[in-house]
Formats: sequence, C-alpha cells, structure tokens
Amino acid sequence: MFPRPIQQASAPAQTAYKTMLPIALILWLLPLIAVAVFSIKPATDFTQGNYWGMPGSFELFNNYGQVFFNSDMPRYMLNSVLITVPTVIGAVALSAMAGFALGVYKFRSNIWVFFMFVAGNFVPFQILMVPVRDLTLDLGLYNTKTGLVLFHIAFQTGFCTLFMRNFIRALPFPLIEAARVEGVAEWRIFWYVVLPLMKPALAALAVLIFTFIWNDYFWAIVLTQGPDAQPVTAGITSFNAQYRAAYHLMSAGSIVAALPPVLMFFLMQKHFIAGLTLGAVK
Amino acid sequence: MTTATLPDTDPPKRGWYKRNEIAVTPWLFLAPAILFFAVYVIIPIFQSFSISLYDWDGLGQAEYIGLGNYSELMNDRAFEVSLWNNLKWLVCYLLAIPAGLFIALFLNQTVTGIRIYKSLFFFPFVLSQVVVGLVFAWFYLPNEGLLSNMLAMIGLGPVNVLGDPKLATYGIILAGLWPQTAYCMILYLTGLNAVDPEQVEAARLDGAKGWKMLWYVIIPQLKPATFIAFVVTIIGALRSFDLISIMTNGGPFGQTRVLSFYMFEKALSEYGFRMGYGAAIAVVLFLIMLVFIAYFLLSMYREEKGH
Repeated sequence: MFPRPIQQASAPAQTAYKTMLPIALILWLLPLIAVAVFSIKPATDFTQGNYWGMPGSFELFNNYGQVFFNSDMPRYMLNSVLITVPTVIGAVALSAMAGFALGVYKFRSNIWVFFMFVAGNFVPFQILMVPVRDLTLDLGLYNTKTGLVLFHIAFQTGFCTLFMRNFIRALPFPLIEAARVEGVAEWRIFWYVVLPLMKPALAALAVLIFTFIWNDYFWAIVLTQGPDAQPVTAGITSFNAQYRAAYHLMSAGSIVAALPPVLMFFLMQKHFIAGLTLGAVK
Repeated sequence: MTTATLPDTDPPKRGWYKRNEIAVTPWLFLAPAILFFAVYVIIPIFQSFSISLYDWDGLGQAEYIGLGNYSELMNDRAFEVSLWNNLKWLVCYLLAIPAGLFIALFLNQTVTGIRIYKSLFFFPFVLSQVVVGLVFAWFYLPNEGLLSNMLAMIGLGPVNVLGDPKLATYGIILAGLWPQTAYCMILYLTGLNAVDPEQVEAARLDGAKGWKMLWYVIIPQLKPATFIAFVVTIIGALRSFDLISIMTNGGPFGQTRVLSFYMFEKALSEYGFRMGYGAAIAVVLFLIMLVFIAYFLLSMYREEKGH
C-alpha cells in the first residue's frame, strides 16, 4: 500500500494526521459551508452587513419555505425530473442495445462504429448548437421538454455505448456461445443472458446520466426558455434575478437545486464511483 | 397481440432472417442508437461547417460568403482574447491532475471514518456547475465575500477577483478546478487501490521511499487513471461555459470570454443572431479539440489492438 499506512507511523504522526483530516475537509468545503450558513440566516443579517457572524436567528424553515411555496422553483424542479428521467431511460436502453451489438458480434465495421460513438462524445457542444437548435425549431420542439430529452438521449448515447460495450466485453463469452449452441435466438440471448449480467452497469450509468443531465445548463438555455420547460439549473438564474441580493433565498434555492444529484450520489455511491472510474484500473 | 401471427403471414422473410441472424442482429440492435447519434451529433458537425460559410441570422435567407467569417475572425480582438483564455484554461485546468493525486495520496489510509471523508472530498463534483459558479461568485464578493474577509484577517486589502480583468479568468478557473480535482482524486483513489502491493514491498526492500517510490513505482502503475484524468480534464477545459456564464457573463470588458462562450454570445445573445459567425467560432474550437480527439482515439485504438 502507498503511502505507508499511518498505523505504522509514530503516535504523534498519527494524531497529526487525524487532526489534519477534518481541518482539510472544512477548508475544502468552505465555500459550500458558507452557502449553507447563508441559507439559514434571516434577511436582516444581510442588510445589516452581518455576512459572516452568527446567524441573527434560525430561519431554515422560513427560507426554504419561501423557495418551495413562494417561487417557481417547484416547477423548475418538476421540469428537471421530467427531463432527466426519460433521458436516463432512453440513453440506457439505446446504449445497452448498441453496446451488446458492439461487444458481442465481430463484424468488419465494428471498431469504426464504436469509435464514432467515442469521438462524438468528446466533441465540444458548441459545434452542435446552431444545427441542433435549428432542427429542434423545425420539429416544433423548441422550448419543450421533449426537445431537450431527444437531444440528451442522443448525445449521452455516445458515452453510454462506450461504457456498455466495454462492460459487455468483460463478460464471460462462453455463456453466449453456450446459449447459441442451444439454439436460443439472438434477441433472447440479449434479454435473458446478457441483460441480467449488466445490472451493475445499468445502475452505474443510470446514476451518472441522472447527475449529468440534472446539472446540464448549456442545452437548457439553448433549447428552452421560461418556466414552462426550463430545468432547475436555468431556473435558478431567473430565481436569482427575482431575489437579487437576497442571499438567504438565493442560497436556499441553490441548495434545493443541487440536492437531487447529491442524494443520488450518497445513496448509490458504489455504483456512481464504479461508473466514473471505469477504465481507471486495468 | 397481432405480432404472434406475424411470422405465419410472411414465412420466406423469416427464413432469410434465420439464415442471416448473426450478421443482421448487430445492425438491428445498433439502428436506434446510430439513428439518434447521426441526427443529433454527427450530421450537425458537418452542418456547422457548412453554416460557417454563410452570413445567416437564423431566420431569413442565408447568404454564401465563403471564408468571409473566418477572415473576419482574424481581425476580431474579442476572438483573440477568447483564444488566449482557452489556452489559460487548458494549462491551468491540468493542475487538477496533480492536485487530485495529492489529495488521493493524503486520503489513501485506513483510519476510522475515512470512507466518509473520501465521499465528502468528492462531493463538489456532484454539484452542478451553475451552483459551483454561484457559490464561488459569493465567495469572491469584493467586500462581503468570505475571501476578502479571510484576507482582511491576515491584514490584506479586499480584492475584487471577478471585477479585475487580469484576475477574473483565473478566479473562474479556480472554481472549475474544485470539482475537477475531486474527479481526478476519485480516479486516483481507485487506481491506488489496485497498485500491486508486492511491487511496493519489493521496492521498499530495495530502499525506495517517498518521492522516488512515487515517481518510479507508483505513478507508472497509475497510468490508466492518469490517461482518463487527462481526457476528462482536457474536455472539461474546452467545454467550460457554465461557470463563465454564471460568474461573469464574459466580463469585465469581455476579458473572461472563451471560444465556447463567445460563440454562444455571437449566435444567440441579445447582441444579434449571427449564426454563421458563431458556427465559424465553433469550428475553430472543434479543430482544436480534434487534435486531442485524434490522440485519444489513437491511444484507445492501440489498446484495442493489444487485446
């Protein structure tokens, strides 16, 4: 193990390490802690210049109540859910199929199709912006959740296919061979043999895509406007314009907007990290 | 369901499918993904190239002007600033890799509660860039911000990071480094987990320790993690948009623009809808990215051949 386990170090070194851990963490999360403290402060603290002192009073319920019951935030949150969930389902379904095709079958253009997905996934979004916006307008889907969902599914399919294909490659191939010898139809092999083995990959991708799409801002402002279709990342900017300089509300709003992926991460941590670090170990 | 009767009505086709099942199935499975990807990703790349040759406001008739947009770019001061800023992003963003390795080494221990520390250190990556941008914008507030207050404690005057044309870009990059470092950290933690303990022990017996051990024994074994960290960091640096849009909106005096932001501004903001000009900027950004994409793909191709 590297570095050398701290248990082998001297007692003072061990104590030093254990005290440094929480200090380092607090420093690391300082900007975030500041926002969390802002979000429970009363408005008067800010008007009186008490930014960093003790909160004048404890206003957690008031501030978050404002966000939930007295603003467009719930609507934006709902939009985010209605954009994110279908995207996750669509991208995972498409890429599970594509990954199966690329991972199991040997055909000449296999690697080129695979590289098309990989390369497309690295492309800067901006090169797609004008044509995709135009296409969405032509389809009559501008400023709709469907328009965003369709694009997100397509774009995420690149990364997801890369992921699925590499995962399927690592599965025991004799299992598929055996099924073929038995005369099982190919689509049945996909459904009954491969898919059940892919559960960890499906879970990992689902949490990753959920986070990516929930946090998307660029496409939200390119393809939608206003509270009818905009997700919470775009909504938070209008929320902030509405509550200019009301730091307690802006902070509470930001925390609410960030919460779903954070919960997802803490609940599904193992899958999340497995997904992100795929390929980091040979 | 009618599907149950379908094979009976068309027996010859079924026979053909049965005979060619292995050859046809992959394409059936690929069809939806390829369709989506082609329509929304591959074709638009070429369309952007073609739009960049036109003068077009997105609504009316597009006028073909050849390389007109590109020659205009050559003399565009704002474009030059954006290009330089992109370079700053690329170089500074790569600091996330050593920083992530450093934190990973710091946390790669087995004391009680270390798992919670690891997840909390990783936490910034899960936040949306919009939230990161807001958080840092408040952190940098000239008088009320935490940064100025902390500087005041050690006797330094307040700084207006985001209002200073020289500092602003670095201030934004620092905000971007926060989640990116967390990402690199988690990659390296996974990598360190898989480091071969026997090699480490053998090197220890040979008297290797500290920096030498890290450089000659550990880092070579972390190569796959470093490669991924490199890929995601480069892509992240060239895609930077959200933070700039949230924290400074390109200002002060357009000094924090990067190509991706400038492109958006030209094509879609209140300054007018110059789709052709925007597309030309996007093409330049794409060509820069293409150098890296080619390198990434080549590395992956070699890897595939090796199997």
